[in-house]
Amino acid sequence: MTSFGERILSGPALVADGAMGTMLLRRGLEPGACPESITLSNAELLEEIARLYLEAGADIVATNTFGASPARLATYGLDDKTEELNAIAVHAVRRAVGDQAYVAGSCGPSGKLLQPYGDASSEELYASFKRQIESLVSADIDCVFVETMTDLTEAKLAVQAAKDCSSHTPVVATMTFDPTPRGFHTIMGVKVETAASELAEAGADAIGSNCGNGIENMIQIARAFKEASDLPVVIQSNAGMPKAINGEIVYDETPEFMAEKVAELLSLGVSIIGGCCGTTPEHVAAIRATVDAGENGRR
Amino acid sequence: MDLLAQLADSVINGNDKGVAEVTQRVIDQGASPKAILDDGLIAGMNVIGERFRVHDIFLPDVLLAARAMYAGMDLLKPLLIKEGIPSIGKVVIGSVQGDLHDIGKNLVGIMLKGAGFEVIDLGNDVPPKKMVKTAQEQGASVIGMSALLTTTMPVMGKVVELIQQEGLSQNIKTIVGGAPVSEDFARDIGADAHGFDAANAVDRVKTLMKVG
Repeated sequence: MTSFGERILSGPALVADGAMGTMLLRRGLEPGACPESITLSNAELLEEIARLYLEAGADIVATNTFGASPARLATYGLDDKTEELNAIAVHAVRRAVGDQAYVAGSCGPSGKLLQPYGDASSEELYASFKRQIESLVSADIDCVFVETMTDLTEAKLAVQAAKDCSSHTPVVATMTFDPTPRGFHTIMGVKVETAASELAEAGADAIGSNCGNGIENMIQIARAFKEASDLPVVIQSNAGMPKAINGEIVYDETPEFMAEKVAELLSLGVSIIGGCCGTTPEHVAAIRATVDAGENGRR
Repeated sequence: MDLLAQLADSVINGNDKGVAEVTQRVIDQGASPKAILDDGLIAGMNVIGERFRVHDIFLPDVLLAARAMYAGMDLLKPLLIKEGIPSIGKVVIGSVQGDLHDIGKNLVGIMLKGAGFEVIDLGNDVPPKKMVKTAQEQGASVIGMSALLTTTMPVMGKVVELIQQEGLSQNIKTIVGGAPVSEDFARDIGADAHGFDAANAVDRVKTLMKVG
């Protein structure tokens, strides 16, 4: 299999997987429980979810390690399990996908605010990311997904930590933007153009956005990234915004709707397209079909 | 510039040392604690709230302003208590059970305090029972709930249910918020209001309490 780093530079768009939290909830994760605790209690479930995404056509499947940095695990008293949680989660995905898909080590925000507006120091967060990513890398991942970031300094610390752990493991960095009357900004005030240039400078191999928006906003965000940068662009959209129907959380963008819009992402030249909250293997299969149809149309 | 306007300005600029210094000066000059609060600290936070609402500024500036406001509040609080100045209402807030995200919730707390409410912040990961019990014991008329995760949003519905079960719907109103939470979601779970951002949350709480 071509290395992930080479593959993102050429060839058809890669399809990434869909939501993890949504899948875990449907399989009995108690609302409010630590999603990473499943890794210790039921790694088979992670393997099953990874297999479903592989079968749906994902080229990239991410690990259940979004919150598995010691800074974040500490809030559940699980920080001493950092190495174990990350390794088991990687092995579960690898067992499911073998060399048929790339394994992405997911690394989400620390949940802390940096000084001066918060209490956390850069050193503390860097060390936390580094400890998590070292565990991911030694368990054999193909790339790191630094995702759902809103603070650019924190995102750069994670990218830097990943690069310092392993200079040859590609790093994909995505941030979460809100639409404002003055264009897309993260809640911390980061614009797409600023994110694009600074994440590139920090060493990210691909950049873009995940979570926070349905696919129509994501098309605008993708356009802004493409205008701002030459790096491969990644988009992982929510299936719309959540609604509650009969006590259940429902995201209402259908696989068909998302698939139709994916064609626009492809025409913008987006390199990796996947799902975030509310997306399922059905959404991934629909994205796969649009990507394949685009390829056939080009031939 | 008069000192209270200067105080408001220091809050807006997130200058905590400046706020502490000017607050002490106006206290020493004998200004009324209520005027220092309303025309200095709250006036500054109102500007910040409005700028945040129109996305002129973002979270870091709000957090810095809040820290500055607290620097003045710390000095003012003993005087406010001594004078027995009542708050305009009592609100219990917290991130729901399982949710450890508190940035948005803290922001709402800051804005509520800035608007003159008494805020009982239960922190993160707050079980439904604790929220309702605290509101009952403290005589709070609004519970504000925050969730950032798909996996914790349903807990908000449980709090609303509990209030209904206990027959407290007339006395305790609920408001929900958080990135994935929408007006439709609030209606579906039976919450009384949804704040789409922190400034809006304050407006909605005022409406629920029929103040301001």
